[in-house]
Amino acid sequence: MRKRDRSPKTYTRLTHPLVRDARDAPLRRATWEEALDRTARGLAAARGAFGMFSCARATNEMNYVAQKFARVVMGTNNVDSCNRTCHAPSVAGLSAAFGSGGGTSSYEEIEHTDVIVMWGSNARFAHPIFFQHVLRGVHNGARMYAVDPRRTSTAEWAESWLGLNVGTDIPMAHAIGREIIHSGLVNEAFVLRATTGFEEYRALVEPWTLSLAEKVTGVPAAAVRELAHAYARAERAQLCWTLGITEHHNGTDNVRALINLSLLTGHVGRYASGLQPLRGQNNVQGGGDMGAIPNRLPGFQDILDGGVRLKFESAWDTVIQPHYGLNLTEMFEAMEDGSLRAVYCIGENPAQSEADGEQAVRRLRELDFLVVQDIFLTKTAELADVVLPATAGWAETEGTTTNSERRVQRVRRAVTPPGEAREDIDILCELAARLGHDWKYPDAEAVWNELRSVSPDHYGMTYERLAEHQGIQWPCPHTDTLEPPYLHGRLWETDPERRGRPAPFGIVRHDPPVDLTDEQYPIRLTTGRRLDSYNTGVQSGGYASPLRRGEYVELCPEDAERYGVVVGERVRVTSRRGSVLAPVWVDTGLRPGLAFMTFHFPDEVDTNRLTIEANCPIAGTAEFKASAIRIEKVSASGPALR
Amino acid sequence: MTVTPLGIPRRLLEFTLDGEPVRAPEGSTILDACRAAGKDVPTLCEGDTLTPKNACRVCVVEVEGSRTLVPACSRRAEPGMEVRTGTERARHSRKVVLELLASSVDLSTTPRVAGWLKEYEAKPDRFGPDAARVDEEPRVDNDLYVRDYGKCILCYKCVDACGDQWQNTFAISVAGRGFDARIAVEHDAPLTDSACVYCGNCIEVCPTGALSFKSEFDMRAAGTWDESRQSETTTVCAYCGVGCNLTLHVQDNEIVKVTSPHDNPVTHGNLCIKGRFGYQHVQNRD
Ligand code: SF4
Ligand code: SF4
Ligand code: FES
Repeated sequence: MRKRDRSPKTYTRLTHPLVRDARDAPLRRATWEEALDRTARGLAAARGAFGMFSCARATNEMNYVAQKFARVVMGTNNVDSCNRTCHAPSVAGLSAAFGSGGGTSSYEEIEHTDVIVMWGSNARFAHPIFFQHVLRGVHNGARMYAVDPRRTSTAEWAESWLGLNVGTDIPMAHAIGREIIHSGLVNEAFVLRATTGFEEYRALVEPWTLSLAEKVTGVPAAAVRELAHAYARAERAQLCWTLGITEHHNGTDNVRALINLSLLTGHVGRYASGLQPLRGQNNVQGGGDMGAIPNRLPGFQDILDGGVRLKFESAWDTVIQPHYGLNLTEMFEAMEDGSLRAVYCIGENPAQSEADGEQAVRRLRELDFLVVQDIFLTKTAELADVVLPATAGWAETEGTTTNSERRVQRVRRAVTPPGEAREDIDILCELAARLGHDWKYPDAEAVWNELRSVSPDHYGMTYERLAEHQGIQWPCPHTDTLEPPYLHGRLWETDPERRGRPAPFGIVRHDPPVDLTDEQYPIRLTTGRRLDSYNTGVQSGGYASPLRRGEYVELCPEDAERYGVVVGERVRVTSRRGSVLAPVWVDTGLRPGLAFMTFHFPDEVDTNRLTIEANCPIAGTAEFKASAIRIEKVSASGPALR
Repeated sequence: MTVTPLGIPRRLLEFTLDGEPVRAPEGSTILDACRAAGKDVPTLCEGDTLTPKNACRVCVVEVEGSRTLVPACSRRAEPGMEVRTGTERARHSRKVVLELLASSVDLSTTPRVAGWLKEYEAKPDRFGPDAARVDEEPRVDNDLYVRDYGKCILCYKCVDACGDQWQNTFAISVAGRGFDARIAVEHDAPLTDSACVYCGNCIEVCPTGALSFKSEFDMRAAGTWDESRQSETTTVCAYCGVGCNLTLHVQDNEIVKVTSPHDNPVTHGNLCIKGRFGYQHVQNRD
């Protein structure tokens, strides 16, 4: 099958509001007045049973206003976004260890480090420009290790590839930890001074000998040993991960297991030594920082902290619920039991991005009221009672976003939005006004300045300074100085007062994937991204990529031969939840028993019919990376059910 | 341990530029110093994000004590040096270089070259009308970018950007030697059969327009490309969380091409296919 021009469904911009007159009536054009009135009524009727899906692709300013809308106008902390489907475990894991959920290093530091571990991350495809910084590091002499079930194009650059079995990251990490301990390579001074729980950790990893790890992970003991020694002996080392670590039913535990290695060796809190979770969406970091998550207020401040609540209550003249709200996953469950009746969904497409997609659609349909604010009529918007046309965050709106290295940068309006499309903040304020809250923000900068006044980490970042420095990394508490580019330097302070809370080792245990392979479902399906496409394809489908081939199920050559299938042949892929038809692709980077698919073309092949909604209990992220499937040949004459 | 490392402090060195004493940080090139002093030295193959290639030699200056003219873009300034930028010899050399280049390749889309031709009184046509001209049709083999080697000055910047300096894809190389040397992707294949990943970083660095956006190429062909009507706005990529900076070039409310600021700490002028070309969705306005 040659690369060919694939034009998936292209979406055209929404140019005017749409409303539905009855549940079964089609969406029809409406005026803004009518659409906003309808929305305000729908929301007012759902106080106490409301959820806000904020948007990790929109600006910080919009996320700030959206969470404020949920908390002040609707009186609930039920606000979340798609961080839940990707990096919530990183945030949960990092904040449990260090009290702050951001990646600890800047990109530049990876150019000056000695060892780079890329774990569960095909950054060459998913984060290409970050990977350029990695390659600079490699050209400068850093040794790179790739830990990944697939021999990806990232792994091609590694000194050694550790092709572990899907879902065995904790055994691998524990074995590395044990090897470091047994070889006397622990940074004892750091462990003593800056961590807690080492003895418990030592006991936890003790059973994970190299040979046991080899049996469980499938990686030769010598390779695990080599990685352990290289990482521990390095003067500086960076540990990077993405969704290969987080999209598991125990994603937060996986993250903790990796952080443990940095605590053991002191590879955190110093220049070029750190932890780098690479974010999938342009503003996942910022959305959380702005408080568009159920447990934190803007500036990542804990809702359970009375002093913090008081500050926001007086700033916003409101009462803040003294408990955590529901996260995205819990909101979906609350739709099921009827305790969540209305949803305000901004720029997200859960009908196609949630695991077990059919269930997600069914739940959205059961709501009393769904309003979707987006730039396209997505599959989710098609289910809505009211659709509000918005502007594109990055090209039609003023504001800021925050990248994976915590750098807050200005986004700017370059083109005029189509038709009657309006800015997110403007729409939210119109609705707030209809519901009794008169918010005055003349522009995005006014929102930002309000945020600065309540978030110490952002206080020093005026729009002017952001432009001057080409973005500033948080924390930035002062308007006249900049902080170091890495976090947690405090852990190296000798004065305990300044060192602050020590970082606890995570006592986490191996727990294999929920969806076990067996005779009926013998293949492990894992998912990921391709270079030219993105998520459910709504945006990336809009341009003519010469690399695009459409969706297919990738198998290794041995499995393709075993099933007697050739490239391009359509097969049925079935999991315990559903079944899809997809053409075969053969990839030599896969090993027998491992298949790979993406979510980029849900209109052609709805991969999420296959994935399992087994969620990380701490972060709520689903196990997109580990489903059990079987592959069947479809006879030419047989029924071609979807 | 809460201090920001600033790197080794750079000392200033002193030398003479066109008779005037100047100070430049250690490690600067003569070109850096010229630019800091507001002197305009023409450059073609110099690339601010790439190591100097010294291929074109339009930037030559005279250095006291040096037998040959030296390229300003790559020679580092030394204390006590005496540099002259506009001598008869340097000007003559630039004139000849420009004549040779302009007679063999099409420099019509190379910025500023028309002005230099005039300034140095270069007469490219003195070698006759068809002096070694690389006359070949532009290659349009995909929807994203076009290669027009009739405009190529063999500066190798695209090779460096695609190779180990940035992208590390190595799709672009030099085929042939000497007079036959030319830029090619693997055995002169169409891009769609090559290792190219369409990051467009080669277009970003190409000084002549030999590599260009298909959008620009089509608009030029249609006579609608008009830079005087374009605005440039720098914003942040809407795809992954790396946070690359994009400069959107907009004409009549349409994004017509995307470049990337070269001095940006995240991108250094580079992008991936999504950031460079994946903008169309916002302007599918029906
Ligand atoms: S194509 Fe452009 S960048 Fe490449 S060698 Fe030719 S002129 Fe230089
Ligand atoms: S240009 Fe590519 S690497 Fe950079 S932010 Fe956009 S998608 Fe990510
Ligand atoms: S610009 Fe100096 S040699 Fe080309």
